[in-house]
Amino acid sequence: MSRRRDPVADPVRVVDERLGAAPLLRKAFHYVFPDHWSFLLGEIALYSFVILVATGTYIALFFEPSSHESVYHGSYAPLQGHVASDAYVSTMRLSFEVPAGLLMRQTHHWAALVFIAAIVVHVMRVFFTGAFRRPRELNWVIGVTMLALAVLEGFLGYSLVDDLMSGMGLAIAYAVAISIPGVGGQVATLLWDGRFPGSDHFWPRLFIGHVFLLPAVLATLIGLHLAIIMRQHHTQFPGRGRTEGNVVGTPLWPGYALRTLGWFFAVAAVLVLLGGLVQINPIWIWGPYEPWQSTNGAQPDWFLGWLIGALRTMPPLEARFAGHTWIPNPFFGGLLFPSVCFGLLYLWPWLEQRFVTRDRRRHELLDRPRDNPLRTAIGAGFFTWVTVVFIAGAADRILVTIGFPYEGQIWFFRIADFVAPPVVALLTYAACRELQRSELHPLRAFAGRRVRRTAAGGFVAEPERGVARE
Amino acid sequence: MKALALLAATAALLALATSASPSRAQRGGDPARGRALYVAGCARCHGDDARGIPTRGPDLHGAGALAADFYLRTGRMPLAEPRDEPVRAKPAYSSAEIEDLVAYLASLGGPPVPAVRPDTTAIARGRNLFATNCAGCHQIAARGGVLTGGIAPALEQATPTQIAEAIRLGPYLMPRFSARELPPEDVDAIAAYVLSMRDPPNRGGWGIGDIGPIPEGMVAWLIGLAALIGVARLIGEPGP
Amino acid sequence: MIALLGRLLALIAIVRRVLLGRGRGLPAPEPEADPSERRVPADARAEAIVAGLALGAAAAAVAFVVFYVVDADTRLLGLTAGLALALVAAALLVASLRVVPQVTEVEERAQLLHPDETGRAAEDARSAGEGISRRRLLTAAGGAAAAGLGAVAVVPIASLGPSVADRLAASPWRRGRLLVDEEDRPLRVDDLETGAFVTAFPQGADKRDLGSPVVVVRLDPRTIQLRPSRRSWAPLGFVAYSKICTHAGCAVSEFRYPLYQPTSKAPGLVCPCHYSTFDPASEGDVTFGPAGRPLPQLPLAVDGARQLRAAGPLSAPPGPAWWGVK
Repeated sequence: MSRRRDPVADPVRVVDERLGAAPLLRKAFHYVFPDHWSFLLGEIALYSFVILVATGTYIALFFEPSSHESVYHGSYAPLQGHVASDAYVSTMRLSFEVPAGLLMRQTHHWAALVFIAAIVVHVMRVFFTGAFRRPRELNWVIGVTMLALAVLEGFLGYSLVDDLMSGMGLAIAYAVAISIPGVGGQVATLLWDGRFPGSDHFWPRLFIGHVFLLPAVLATLIGLHLAIIMRQHHTQFPGRGRTEGNVVGTPLWPGYALRTLGWFFAVAAVLVLLGGLVQINPIWIWGPYEPWQSTNGAQPDWFLGWLIGALRTMPPLEARFAGHTWIPNPFFGGLLFPSVCFGLLYLWPWLEQRFVTRDRRRHELLDRPRDNPLRTAIGAGFFTWVTVVFIAGAADRILVTIGFPYEGQIWFFRIADFVAPPVVALLTYAACRELQRSELHPLRAFAGRRVRRTAAGGFVAEPERGVARE
Repeated sequence: MKALALLAATAALLALATSASPSRAQRGGDPARGRALYVAGCARCHGDDARGIPTRGPDLHGAGALAADFYLRTGRMPLAEPRDEPVRAKPAYSSAEIEDLVAYLASLGGPPVPAVRPDTTAIARGRNLFATNCAGCHQIAARGGVLTGGIAPALEQATPTQIAEAIRLGPYLMPRFSARELPPEDVDAIAAYVLSMRDPPNRGGWGIGDIGPIPEGMVAWLIGLAALIGVARLIGEPGP
Repeated sequence: MIALLGRLLALIAIVRRVLLGRGRGLPAPEPEADPSERRVPADARAEAIVAGLALGAAAAAVAFVVFYVVDADTRLLGLTAGLALALVAAALLVASLRVVPQVTEVEERAQLLHPDETGRAAEDARSAGEGISRRRLLTAAGGAAAAGLGAVAVVPIASLGPSVADRLAASPWRRGRLLVDEEDRPLRVDDLETGAFVTAFPQGADKRDLGSPVVVVRLDPRTIQLRPSRRSWAPLGFVAYSKICTHAGCAVSEFRYPLYQPTSKAPGLVCPCHYSTFDPASEGDVTFGPAGRPLPQLPLAVDGARQLRAAGPLSAPPGPAWWGVK
């Protein structure tokens, strides 16, 4: 009585016998994923995170999280004999002496930039399609939290290297920490274990935060985020056969599994190609950090550009009276501004329910942006506000390339910050209304006058209509 | 006939001699010719007597060959308007004319053109000196920078001599560093570092300007994310 | 051909108009139409392409290993590894779209709200309180315990209290301290001409202490305007200020000194982080930018050997402001 081996049925039976998993497997195989391309954006972030953990583990094995000083004796001549921290020297060694070390380091850093960019684009998709509405408010809150944590994690990561640019960034972070009204001094000296640049304990603290604490929290939140999506099923756009009660799309097996696996490799490919071909954070050029040195053109990574813009455009207000500084200046740009932004993001689902749509129903079908012109306009205005501040942060480089005086730029951005958002919001609202009326695809449709030849031989223009193209 | 040929030959030789001389550098200019050029091009702001005209141009006595060589060879002078910021441009004068002007200015007293020998063995010292004294304005990779009131230029085109001249002179809004504060060895080291930054060690691939996070962010969005969104549009379904 | 296409498009548009009306936006859902389908590509060419891509990926991966061993140039390693990953991605994506059966399925959404169960679950939860009579007492006592634990967690931060102010305001500068440069050489007044710009530290102190670095500049003495109590702080036109910006702590490393003042700006110390600008001739007052207070000034004196020494401590705490800054 011989049993024919079946390479597919055998493993399934093995698993079912031990775990009772066959029904689960069937259910998983037929789990349906809606197919729209914009639903792939969150996965860019997810797979970037995987690359971050993989490359991060590798480079963490070479990194020394210590501010203890040693003499650089590596192969980069302009730093020969220079005294720098072990953190900096070990990163130099990883970049110059370890084969594939620089590839891993650069891939890791590019992955961080793309990770947060993907989250932002994904948040925008979720916002403009109303996917955060009931029952998905919880996942929206988790997502916004992950955005904030990702920004913090990225900042900690590039600050670990103790190069000139990131050292300047840490000084500014310290200034923002001590600017917390009243207790800022205590909070900052607790984090830094003393005044900036901190004690010997600060560097290991930064390291543990970046390689353990924050990744653990992020991984947990990502798991929760995905679990909630699986439980609730993904949203979908309206269309043929789609209702509030079903999901239409590709089942997990074989189509979606292959597609998402391919997508992971595509994300990995882009990040590794960037990591090998485009230089990022060349710390040998910046040199090690010393508190008495600074370089022109120093910037944080892009995901903190909005804060440098806020710090630069803020007028010199500092609330000082009765022998105390109640609100130091960096508080406004460094803490108040991001708190307001994230506060608005967090509260949006409920703000919208109460003030914009008065709609507390459950929604599984998505809006196109035009279907809720008020939400889209407000979102566009908010995004414009943050973007104007972001661009203001790069005003000095704009000057260097174009030649516009810096002081004039700051005034321009201060004014634009108030004027641009309502203008963009109004234009967006009008555009949504127009698109609703004409039912056009915003990019691909034709809108014009059709001309008809009459029987008598002349031409007459037909009333204005848009022709929607599929 | 023979006399005519001899005359022609002499004339040719003379022409050759006079036309060959402008291409030789260190021959030393003619202060008299320099004076003539000065009156034509510079006296408008610096005065016929080179003592300066208030609110237009400073007194040039004591500026020396150093200042003249720097400003003329980098094309910063002549300046169109007194309030303009002098920027690097194509020199308005030929090399020979600059020699003459420099000789004239030298005759009014002041420091000579400095001798510089970029010292690559001291490049590490040069880097640190640059980081402490220069990077705040010129950016650590000498890509140029900004301050309220002016622009600190990028230094890719600066020759070692011009680097030394600027350090000693403090042109426009730049501070000045005397030979006792930064001795010639230090200037040699700084020059070596600045020259090395013309072609920075971009081991990681495309340097994207060596100015850091702004181009890096643009690459992440406009190349990385854009490529991925392009692929997403290929493999996902189009709109509703 | 184009006419036919145009007619087809017009037909589609008419059908949409007739069926959907001049819709406000959402196409009406059509639950009756069943969108599920299963299409088997049976495309040998696509299979060959997938196989080719996979083999290409393998070749690129081999190239990566070779380069790693022979010449670990970052660009070559990145190119080969990236290429291998890209080819695998392409193979998988082509397989998912052109090789395996293309299936569209309809799945019913899970019912999320269970009205009966919700009520019963609430009952189950509430049943834990059965028989408990002192509900309010327990709640109050529990709240007090929680608040107490919270205080235990927070209070140690507050005990950093007074010493925080001392630590943040401290600086190694004292009367008589010699100014030295980055290489520990004293600053001699005869070495520095008008327009000079030097970074200095207290002799023997930790250079990385935020209170240590100062920027020394030499101005024309006639341009310096100090209050009466500070008149002696600027011998021979030398002035010194903390180099740590009072806005956010970057080094104030830009010094603007005009060669010819009438056609350009007055001297200024500028910070490259957010462009706070301070007037060195006027006690470090802020003239532009977000800094909220002037740079702390260090009183200077010239000793017998014509070296610069501090004539006292900094005029204010160095660096960015906090609660304790007056």
